[in-house]
Amino acid sequence: MSTLPPPNKIYRRRRRVNALMLFISGLAMAFGLFWLAWILITLLYEGFGALTFSLFSQMTPPPGSAGGLLNAIVGSVLMAATATLIGTPIGILAGTYLAEFGRRGWLAPATRFINDILLSAPSIVIGLFIYSVYVAQVRHFAGWGGALALSLIVIPVVVRTTDDMLKLVPDSLREAAVALGAPAWKMIVFVSYRAARAGIVTGILLAVARISGETAPLLFTALNNQFWSLNMNQPMANLPVVIFQFAMSPYPDWHRLAWGGAILITLGVLALNIVARVLFRR
Amino acid sequence: MDAFFKNLTRFFAFFVFSILAAILVSLLIHSQIALSKYGFNFLFDPEWDPVTEEFGALIPIYGTIVSSAIAMIIGIPVSFGIALFLTELAPTWLKRPLGTAIEMLAAIPSIIYGMWGLFVFAPLFAMYVQPGLIQLFGPLPILGPLFKGPAMGIGMLTAGIILAVMVIPFITAVMRDVFELVPPMLKESAYGLGATTWEVVWHVVLPYTKIGVVGGVMLGLGRALGETMAVTFVIGNAHRLSTSLLAPGNSIASALANEFTEAVGDLHSAALIELGLILFLITTIVLALSKLMLLQLSKREGAKT
Repeated sequence: MSTLPPPNKIYRRRRRVNALMLFISGLAMAFGLFWLAWILITLLYEGFGALTFSLFSQMTPPPGSAGGLLNAIVGSVLMAATATLIGTPIGILAGTYLAEFGRRGWLAPATRFINDILLSAPSIVIGLFIYSVYVAQVRHFAGWGGALALSLIVIPVVVRTTDDMLKLVPDSLREAAVALGAPAWKMIVFVSYRAARAGIVTGILLAVARISGETAPLLFTALNNQFWSLNMNQPMANLPVVIFQFAMSPYPDWHRLAWGGAILITLGVLALNIVARVLFRR
Repeated sequence: MDAFFKNLTRFFAFFVFSILAAILVSLLIHSQIALSKYGFNFLFDPEWDPVTEEFGALIPIYGTIVSSAIAMIIGIPVSFGIALFLTELAPTWLKRPLGTAIEMLAAIPSIIYGMWGLFVFAPLFAMYVQPGLIQLFGPLPILGPLFKGPAMGIGMLTAGIILAVMVIPFITAVMRDVFELVPPMLKESAYGLGATTWEVVWHVVLPYTKIGVVGGVMLGLGRALGETMAVTFVIGNAHRLSTSLLAPGNSIASALANEFTEAVGDLHSAALIELGLILFLITTIVLALSKLMLLQLSKREGAKT
């Protein structure tokens, strides 16, 4: 047909556009990986020198003298553990309602919606919230406040994964249990939970990873403490806030400690993420 | 026992449901003094002086919006490219490691981004990139004022770039998910007509997933608006209104992080809490829109199958 344009010119242009765009997408990929590599390499380079024994055995120092991060590490672990202990049961139970009981009615879809907003809510506002309902009432900063703020970050993560994982459990399993005469709670605890266990544990691990690096909610709740303290009713040292203060300070000694803390947190968080992934894939 | 278990789970579901309202109410109560003193003028007042107790939110709001906008301008195309690469281009054996690597960007705590930005990125940026930007754009008529001033490294542009890197994994994840939703039949039909990969993505995949992509972008925007620590390190924390993107500014979240524990006087605290309230309202609206859009896409998907 003579009405067709000569195919080669347009075809070649389309091929060129295609190649160009795919090349750009490859560049975007490289761009993303570039930042990850840059950050990790900097951390390893600056942090490894700071990973000494005294980092784990001494308290945070006053400016200009040597020290470690022991009280901050312990405080962080203590608050993260408390937050996980508070947040996990609440999250699992709420997630159970969403997936198992909430198939009809307004509460489940509404809660799912709100939960997804909470999942991305600015963590500094969570800190502000705990400040106004807890810290402002008891009139002093306290480790409990930090733990509460972190638990509010744990809850949405656990709700989301519990809900998602329980929804993956086939209904035929549930029906089989109910047909055997099991009441609903037995069916959920012994069948649904068991089938979804790996996924739920993954969610908890991801929640722990998320809170171990959170700084903003701790600023107004746990504050910081230069000394060794296990009293959750007192201001409590914690790694993220110590890193923040030390990095913003003008002292090189403190900068070095901040890098040490940074590499600890990052390696811990990345390790948790990888463990969670491996666990989930099994 | 059965009823007990069911009511227990329902109680906690309701508890989660009420958290959002509880945050809102408590912030409202605690910002009461500032709310009643300034009213709506709070939003447009550029003054922020703890000494004379004169507070207005214009500068932090401006900084928050500008830094997030920069993050979006950089983050959206890059995320789209990465999602395209991962769904259409990467060989199967590369998909998982590369996808995981991008997700790891989201796992790095924000304080690490901030510290790295302050000590590593900002100095290099000031030395090698900013002078170039000033020379390139400075003399131009409209863009000029955006790139004026000394190259200090810290400032809104730096904050925006670091925010972009932080939101890329979130936007990419949503885009990848929605791209996977496109029925293979549609794509194969287009390929069958002789379309190139790019044409399939641009004319078939993207129109089909439009709402989901916008939802993902909104999710990223919600994250960028509320990001605290990374921004606090590099934005400069100056209560100054400047047209230049290279000048230090302030964002709502970083103003809170810097001043809240040192706030003297009830009015100062109340004004800061009101800032938090504004931030919370903006992010909640943005995130709710994002969620609604994603729901709409999955509903359409559900109707088809």
